[in-house]
Parts: sequence; structure tokens; C-alpha cells
Amino acid sequence: MATTTTIDATGIRLTGLTKSFRTPQGVVHAVRGVDIAIAAGETVALLGPNGAGKSTTIDMLLGLTRPDAGEVTVLGRPPREAVDAGLVGAMLQSGGGQLIRDLSVRELVTMMASLYPDPLDVDEVLALTGIEDIARRRTQKLSGGQTQRLRFAAALVSDPKLLVLDEPTVAMDVEGRHGFWTAMRAFAARGKTVIFATHYLEEADAYSDRAVLMAHGRVVADGPTTEIRARVGTRTIRATLPDADLDRLRALAGVLSVESHGAAVSLRCADSDAAIRGLLREQPDARDIEIASAGLEEAFLKLTGFEDEPGEVTG
Amino acid sequence: MVYTRFELLRTFRNRRFLLFSVGFPLIIYALIAIPNRNDGPLKGTGIPLALYFMVSLASFGTMMAMVSSGARIAGERSTGWTRQLRITPLTTRAYFRAKILTAYAMSIVSIALLFAFGIALGVRLPAVEWLQMTALMLIGLLPFAALGITLGHLLNVDSMGPASGGLVSLLAFLSGTWFPIGAHGFMHGLAVALPSYWLVQASHVSIGGNGWGSTGWLVVVGWTIVLTAAARYAYRRDTKRV
Repeated sequence: MATTTTIDATGIRLTGLTKSFRTPQGVVHAVRGVDIAIAAGETVALLGPNGAGKSTTIDMLLGLTRPDAGEVTVLGRPPREAVDAGLVGAMLQSGGGQLIRDLSVRELVTMMASLYPDPLDVDEVLALTGIEDIARRRTQKLSGGQTQRLRFAAALVSDPKLLVLDEPTVAMDVEGRHGFWTAMRAFAARGKTVIFATHYLEEADAYSDRAVLMAHGRVVADGPTTEIRARVGTRTIRATLPDADLDRLRALAGVLSVESHGAAVSLRCADSDAAIRGLLREQPDARDIEIASAGLEEAFLKLTGFEDEPGEVTG
Repeated sequence: MVYTRFELLRTFRNRRFLLFSVGFPLIIYALIAIPNRNDGPLKGTGIPLALYFMVSLASFGTMMAMVSSGARIAGERSTGWTRQLRITPLTTRAYFRAKILTAYAMSIVSIALLFAFGIALGVRLPAVEWLQMTALMLIGLLPFAALGITLGHLLNVDSMGPASGGLVSLLAFLSGTWFPIGAHGFMHGLAVALPSYWLVQASHVSIGGNGWGSTGWLVVVGWTIVLTAAARYAYRRDTKRV
């Protein structure tokens, strides 16, 4: 269930947001009634597939798009005022992954810093985002991952109270992602509120305090990622078990389904405690046993599968 | 002001843009004026050819520089930069100041080079005419700064080049940049309502023109107000993902 937090003038509140767009194909209901409350200092993942309404929600949160109905309050004021006061930093989705050209990395960050009343030290930001070694390089000569880190630096340099990241790790390799999230956590640890949109479930799982799942313009689940996984209620037992009799495994108490990949078997369980007892009794030679709760991916598919009946899952 | 400084830096670092917007009028001027530099005055006017085309290209070149500077915004929008700026405390006024000063910087470079080239080809004018012509042209360029910004926010990267190039060429043609237009009739009536006509008149101060009367000032100020309002509107509503 949604975390019970007190939202005062330091938090963010989205109430009853709806937004439709007219397109040549007809009216698209991008966001259809979103309520989210976020307390100061929380790191929240906005999770959902493409077309779920994440980016439109973020645009309304930043005052870039006016909602058809509903209200947005950022740090106790309308989004536009919060932006004008320099309290918000954001890394938006980019067209073609480019930035404006003909400035060096340091110059771009310096220029952004100049727009704010109380910015961080430029060198400190370059170091935090790991781009001090390319500080003199022109923006048009950066790789996709470097461009994203520069965008991150540009969002951070204002020392915002609220940091909004819309799919920040697109175009980053594995190493780049790791570095990015390390930097994000370091920044969040200064007491910042962070909202990031992603469709990488593992990112929400690893880096947020709380995940808000969106599908078809609605919030379909909202809570700690552990809670969302528990909601699905299944666990998976994996083991090395050559020549296993899959039918006998399927018959074990608590097992829902069984898959095998060579010598590895995986058992999806409604009751993993009963299943593991049964497995060890029947197959004492099972090795390398792991029990894991369902990935957020599984929770995600299950929850977002209820397309237009979110009431069933949000209660 | 730091923002303006970096905008200027960015523009002058872009060699391709500099070459096309400043170099292009110079090349046309060289192609027309150098082969004919010993031909004497244009028929029936007594105006040296090097002078006539210097002022024609000054009005055309600066109009082009103003509009295409603003048009660069289309490229910035396609990278999401404009949206990024919208979530900073940068005011519309400061944004416009940076864009307009950048466009003026390009125009001033363009004028200075053309005039220097003209002098090298033997153009001689009294100091007061150089000053009067330049000052009036700089004022006459204001509507085009606003026009460039408006187009930059309304059009996309693909349509920007043809649209701004075509529009500037059409305005130049209708306003008598290349061929004098008659003193009466529909074409004249249309021309005097255009800001580009008065830009050409400003440049013609040096070839016996009268500068601007009250009509000229009215048209230039009127278009500046209308196009600035259009630019402001275009910038304000330009928050969508492109």
C-alpha cells in the first residue's frame, strides 16, 4: 500500500492528474487520474512500460505540460514557481541523445550554473558525475554515455532540492550505469528528493526507496519494491539437478510450475517453504540451491497485466 | 549575462554557420563586384557598381544573418535543449536578450566585412553617411531578430533551412534589394508595408536615399512589436517534446 508519509511544504503532491492529447489517430488519454505523494528525501522510481504515462506525468510535475485536471504541488508551490526559484533540477529525455554543440563540457555546466541563485562548485559536480577527465571536450564529441553524464551534471549543478530524472541511463553501458547510480545515491544522500522514471526494473529495485508502477496512464501499484514483490507472493527455487523427473517435481506441495535448462531446474512456488522440504526429501542430491522472491519483473508483468482494472490490484 | 556570453561563444565557434551566414554575402559580392570593378557607374544613376552591390548585400546579408541565427533554435529544440532551459529560472527576457545579441553580433561582423571589402574595391563615402546607414540598418534589423526566434520555435530542423532561406529571398526581392521597385502601384504598396523595404531604404542612405520618414519608423516599430509578441508566444508554448 502507499507509504503513509506526511507531505508538508517540502514534499511533492500530484492529485487527480489527467492529461489527454489530440493526435491524428484520435485522442490519447496519456494520464488518467494519477495520485502520488512524495515526502522530502525520498527516492522514488516511476516504473512502467513505454506509453504508461511516465513522461507526461513528469512533464506536469515540472510545469512543462498543464494538466487537463488535477493539481501539482512541488515543495509547497506550483511547479512553475518552484522552477523559477531554482529548486528543481531535471534530466529530461533527449532527442537523438544530443546536446547543444560548440561548448566544452565544463562550459556547458558553468553556463547552467550561471542560471541559478546558489549553484554548486562546477569542479565538484564534474568530479561527482565522473566527467572531470573530459571537461575540455566539446559536447558534440561525446559518446552516448558521456552525454548522459553531462546531462546529469547539468541537472545537479543547481544543487536542487528536487531532482527529476526521466530514463537517465538510456544509452549507457553497464559500467556507465553503475557509475551513474553511485553518483545519484551520493547526491540523494545529501537529503535530496529524487524521482526517476525507468523501465529497467532492476534499477527501481536497486536504487529506489519506493516504486510507483504505472500502466495505461494510471498508478497500478505504489510501495517499497519488496512489498510489491511480496504482493505477487511467489518465490523461485533454483537448483542443479541432473536427470530430474520434472513431473515428480511438479507434484511437490507448494510448487506452481517447473522449468529445466540442462542440469538446472527452477521451481516457481506459491509456498517455497513446503516446496524446499519436499525437494530435499525427494531429491537429496540437489545442489547449488537458491531461493529467491519473484523479480520485480514478474510482479510488474502481473500487476500491469490488469490493464483497465487497476482497482483489483491497488485495492 | 554569462548565458549571453556562452551563446556568443557557441555561435562564433560554429565555423560552418559562420561561413554560410557571413561568408555567403561576401562571396556573392566578390563575384559581382570584382569582375566589373572598372566598369564605371551603373547606367543612368551615377552610382558606382561596387557601392550599389555593397549596400544591397549588406541589407540582404544582415537580414539573412538575423533570421538564420534565430533559426538555429530549431536545432536546439530537436536536442531537447529548449525544454531543459524551461526548467531553469532563466527568464524569457534574458533568453531573448542572448538570442538577439548573438544575431546582432553576426550581423555586425557581416556588415563590417562587406564594408571593408567595399572600401578595398574603391567605395568612398562621407563618414556621416557610413554612420547614418549603419545605425538605421541596425534598428531596421530588430524585427528580423524577432522573426528568426519565432521561426526557430515554430518550425523543425528539416523545414528551417528552406523556410528561412526562401522567406528572406522573397522579402529581399519584394523590397527592392536587387532591382529597384516602382514608385507606385500594388508592388510598391506591398513593399512599403514590409520591414525589409525599410532595411533596404536604410542601406540606400549612401546612394542618395532619404532614409525613413514617419511611415518608415511606424512600419519598423510596428513589425518589431508584432514579431516580438509572436516570438514570445512561440517560446512560451514551446514546451512539448519534439
